[in-house]
Formats: sequence, structure tokens, C-alpha cells
Amino acid sequence: MKFVEEFKKSFFISLGLILLTFPIMVIQVNTIENVVVWRWRNLIFVGLGGFILSFFWLLFQKKKGDAIAQAPAGHSRLHRIMDEPRLYRPALIIIAFCALIFPFVFSHYQVNIMTTALIYVMLGLGLNIEVGLAGLLDLGYVAFYAVGAYSYALLNYHFGLGFWSALPVGACLAAFAGILVGFPVLRLRGDYLAIVTLAFAEIIRLVLENWNEFSFGPSGISNIPRPGFFGIKLTPEQSAIYMYFLLILMCIFTIFVIHRLQHSRIGRAWVALREDELACQAMGIDKTKAKLAAFALGATWAGMAGVLFAAKTTFINPASFTFLESAMILSIVVLGGMGSVVGVVIAALALILIPEYLRVFSDYRMLLFGAALIIMMVFRPQGILADRRKKYEFHKLQSGEGN
Amino acid sequence: MDIVLEVKNLTMNFGGIKALDRVCLEIRKNQIVALIGPNGAGKTTLFNCLTGIYTPSEGDIIVHMAQGKSRRINGMKINQITKLGLARTFQNIRLFGGMTVLENVMTGRHCRTHSGITGAIFRPKSTRDEEKAIVNDSYRILEYIGLTAYVNELARNLPYGAQRRLEIARALACDPQILLLDEPAAGMNSQETRELEQLIIRLWEEHHLSILLIEHDMKLVMNLAQNIFVLDYGEEIARGTPAEITSNPIVIEAYLGVQNDAQVN
Repeated sequence: MKFVEEFKKSFFISLGLILLTFPIMVIQVNTIENVVVWRWRNLIFVGLGGFILSFFWLLFQKKKGDAIAQAPAGHSRLHRIMDEPRLYRPALIIIAFCALIFPFVFSHYQVNIMTTALIYVMLGLGLNIEVGLAGLLDLGYVAFYAVGAYSYALLNYHFGLGFWSALPVGACLAAFAGILVGFPVLRLRGDYLAIVTLAFAEIIRLVLENWNEFSFGPSGISNIPRPGFFGIKLTPEQSAIYMYFLLILMCIFTIFVIHRLQHSRIGRAWVALREDELACQAMGIDKTKAKLAAFALGATWAGMAGVLFAAKTTFINPASFTFLESAMILSIVVLGGMGSVVGVVIAALALILIPEYLRVFSDYRMLLFGAALIIMMVFRPQGILADRRKKYEFHKLQSGEGN
Repeated sequence: MDIVLEVKNLTMNFGGIKALDRVCLEIRKNQIVALIGPNGAGKTTLFNCLTGIYTPSEGDIIVHMAQGKSRRINGMKINQITKLGLARTFQNIRLFGGMTVLENVMTGRHCRTHSGITGAIFRPKSTRDEEKAIVNDSYRILEYIGLTAYVNELARNLPYGAQRRLEIARALACDPQILLLDEPAAGMNSQETRELEQLIIRLWEEHHLSILLIEHDMKLVMNLAQNIFVLDYGEEIARGTPAEITSNPIVIEAYLGVQNDAQVN
């Protein structure tokens, strides 16, 4: 027999499970009638359940072990699809088509959820510059997001600035905030950097919550105008669709920029900084400049996302910018695969959409979400789609042509 | 011959410990100089002072550049020193493991290229040309070192000897005048060491580099170096040609050991 080993193993596992759970699953003391109820049926359920689960688990592990032995490392199925133009081009067209017709097929509610998810795509990609490329663990990314959102809200409230002028201003202010955090933490890395950025985000949030004259405190700012569309008045439904397409465009823009940065001189400097700070400096890379650039650029995207967020919800208050948001964005980056653009996009959509659609399970929503995260990290610690370095092809020996 | 690197009375204190005590050293143009001495003698500390990782407590490090200008480099930043023409390898390999072999060398070109963030995003012709030049130059260096078989391989997956050579390739990409090699033959077998020896000789002959070498493999040192400095407890105890050093009783006492052991080495 092929599976004798697994069969035996799972038999003993289920036996152990029965013994362990016996007191709670089988014995029940009825304190009202002072009798002990023996629920023998549960014994069978536990035993069978444990056996089946462990059996398939072991089979899966075995299969996985075989697969690893065969397949070359670092080439997942998704990677192979992405390498083959005949496969990924139609896939891209299908995705583009789906994105195009999405708001006209699905309800207002769905469009809104998707728009939120797209904001997180932008945030994830922005944080990916800091964490994925430059290796700067930033737990306070939400601070820059808040800077962007409040820039638009306050500039609009005080000076009547419109969405389109607030977008670059918010981005610049966030970049400035990025440099502001960047300077004191230049010497720090890893955990220490994480703690300082976390503290910075909390400072921003607490300031926004308590400085009533400036930010209107916990009550927040409402009536933030939605982005204008050539002066035409839009109904909420139309405006949601407009917002959706705006975010699609912003995401494409973000992906374009990050893709270009990734394989440029400065992108290599960031990756070198992530890999080995000392060797990176010994290659003539100015650590200060590279780190500040990473902080500023990462923050720029958070700033823009913030402006878009404020315009989408038309109301902001400090409760939207808690540590949980930072953690969420960081999970997107880690889950997607550090430095990988496609991975981060998939992860952002998954992490925002899954909890949204798991509302049916209401109370267990976050539980399932957490379990999904843990399972993911056990099986694919490198993320959905690990970052892969660009390959260069050289045709002739002397005049190598970069491809 | 003209001096390219001059170290005068260099002292490095770590708390109460003098890691280097008034060390003097000169490297002439197109000369291979070896730095030897027992473990803990301060060889790597000297390297770290030269490359800006440590700021020396006292003394001067002066680089004489090709145009006849001289710069005192104490206290300069690591990247500025690299730009002046001092490139180094590390005793314990410090490659960018997650980058490909080619990218490692391309990163070395960083200090000789200029395009920034706007260049990366808008990719004007100047940036594209520069990028192409970086790729070609890096590939040529890999060809020279003999690592073209691994171009797109991740650096961390390379065999040990190849990693050591990649470190040299990466340092060469910085266009150095002076190459500082920190135990390049450590952990290599005799075949790899011979290849390394050939490589260093080629660099010296064809590229007219000045090379400062820390090495424990005495055969390699004696074959390559024209001038040897011996450090012990942070002090220079001898200097001279290989022949002078091997017969110097102080060096034998402190480092080389009795004649028989030296032969074995």
C-alpha cells in the first residue's frame, strides 16, 4: 500500500486527539440535575475528523515535498505565466476589460468596496518602496496617509482648494513629512526604525485627535467635496463610478512609476541598501540620500492615497488612521511578496475584499481572516509572488545588449 | 614612482584599547602591497579606517590623485572615499545576496553614474544611454573576471570561490585607483587561490591598479607583493620586500613562526 505510513500516522494522531479532548468533548456535567452526561457520539466525530484532516494534511505535505524536489526554486506557476507573453497579454486584456465594465455591472456598494481596495493597492505599492525595496521597516505608514487626507480636508475647509490642486499639494506635504521622519531615523534600522515610525504615526494621530482648533478633534471634518468632473454635477452613483476610474488610473500610474524605479540606478541602490548597508555605502551609494528618497517617495503615494480617500468618503476623522491601518498595509506588502508589484496588487485586493465579503460570517470574519493569513505565511513565507530580479540577455559577447 | 596613498601616524583607539598605534604606510602607483600579521593585529581596522568605516583618532590618510591633487580623507564618508578611487572587498563576503550577479556589479557603477529619481521615472535619452552603458560595462567586468556563466544568478546562490571573485568584480566596477582586498583567498582551495593570484597579477599588469592586500596565505603574499608591511598589536613591526620579511627575525618571532612552519604555509 502506498499510504500505509500516512494511514498509521493519522490513526495515532486521531487517537491522541480523542484522548486529549475526551474531558471536554465527551464528559459533560449537568450541574442542574447533578448527573454526568457521556456524549459518546462526539468521540466518533473527533476521531473521524482528526483522522481525515491529518491524513489529507500528511498527503499534502508529501506531495509538496515531491513538488519541491522537482520544480526549480523561485519559479511559481504565476511566474511562468508572467514570463510568457502569449499567456500574460490576454490575461491583462481580460483584467482590463473586467475593470472597465465592473462599475456598470455591479452595484454601487460593490463599486465602493472596490474603490477602497484600490486605495489600498496604492498604499501597498507606496509602502513597498520603503519596506520591499529599501528594506526600511515602517510601521507608521498611515501617518503619511493621514497627512494627505488632512491636507485636502483642511485646505479645502480654509481656502476652498479643489481636489485637483490638493492632490499634488497633499503629495508634497506627505513627502515633506516623509523627509521629516527620515532625518532622525537615518541611523536606525530594523526593529528600532519600526518603533520610531510607529511612535511618529501615533503622534500624528494624537495631535489630530486633540488639537481641536487645528483638526476639529475626534469629530473630524465633513463635507469634503468629491472630485469635480469638468464642473458637471454628479449624482452619488456617478461620482462613485468616477472615483473608481480615477483610482484605476492612479493605480496604473503608480505601477508604472514603481516599475520604472525598481529597475533603475536608484532602485538598485535601494535594494543594495536593503541587502547590506555597509557594502552599499562602500559601492559609493550615499546612504542618507537613498534612505530619504525612499521615505519621501513612499510617503508621496500615501499622501495621494490620503487625498483620494478624503475625496471618496467626504468625511475624515482620526479614527481612520490608527495603527491597525498601518498593520494592514504592511500585511499587504508582506503577503504580496516584498518588492513585487503584482504580488502587492493581488494581496491588497485579497486583503480588503475578502473581509468585506466575509461579512456573511459576521462574528467569525476576523477569525477567518487571521487564519487565512497564518496559513498563507506557513505555506508561502515569501509572499504570493516573490520578487524576482530582472534578467538581462546578452547576445554577442563583446557588445552585450541589455534586454 | 609616485605615492598614491599615504598613511601617517595613524592611531585608532577603541576606548582604552589602541587598535592601531602610529602606523605609517605608503602605496606607490601600480604597486602591490601586502599587509600581514597575526589575528587581531589591526589589519582590518586599518582597512576600515582607510575606507571611512572608522574615523581614526589621530594621524592622516592622504590620497594623491592622478591630477596631482591630494586629499586628506580622515572623517570623510564611506561613499565619498569610494568616489575618490578607493574600492574594497570584505573579509566576510558582503555581497547583495538578493540581487543577481550582474546587478551586484551594476550597483558598483553607482558612484560613476548620475541619473536620479526623475531620470528613472521619465527615462530620457541620457538615462537610457547611461543605463545601457552600466549594463555593458558591468558585463565586460564580469567577462574579465570570468563570471559570465552566472550573470542572472542570484549572488547568494553562487559557489564560494565565485562569490569572492564577484566581490572583486563589484569593487572594480567603482573604477578604483587603489584596490583594497581583505583576505581575498580566505577559504579558497589551492586551485582557486592560484586563479586568484593570476587575476590579481592581471589587474596589476593590465589595469595598472595599486593594490593593498591583507592575506594569511604566505605563498600568495610572497608571490604577489612587492612591498610588505607587518603589523602586530596595532604597531608596525617590519616592512620590506618579501625576501627581507621572510628573513626578519622579529617577523618570524611574531607571525611567521619557525622556518619549517613557514614552508608548510
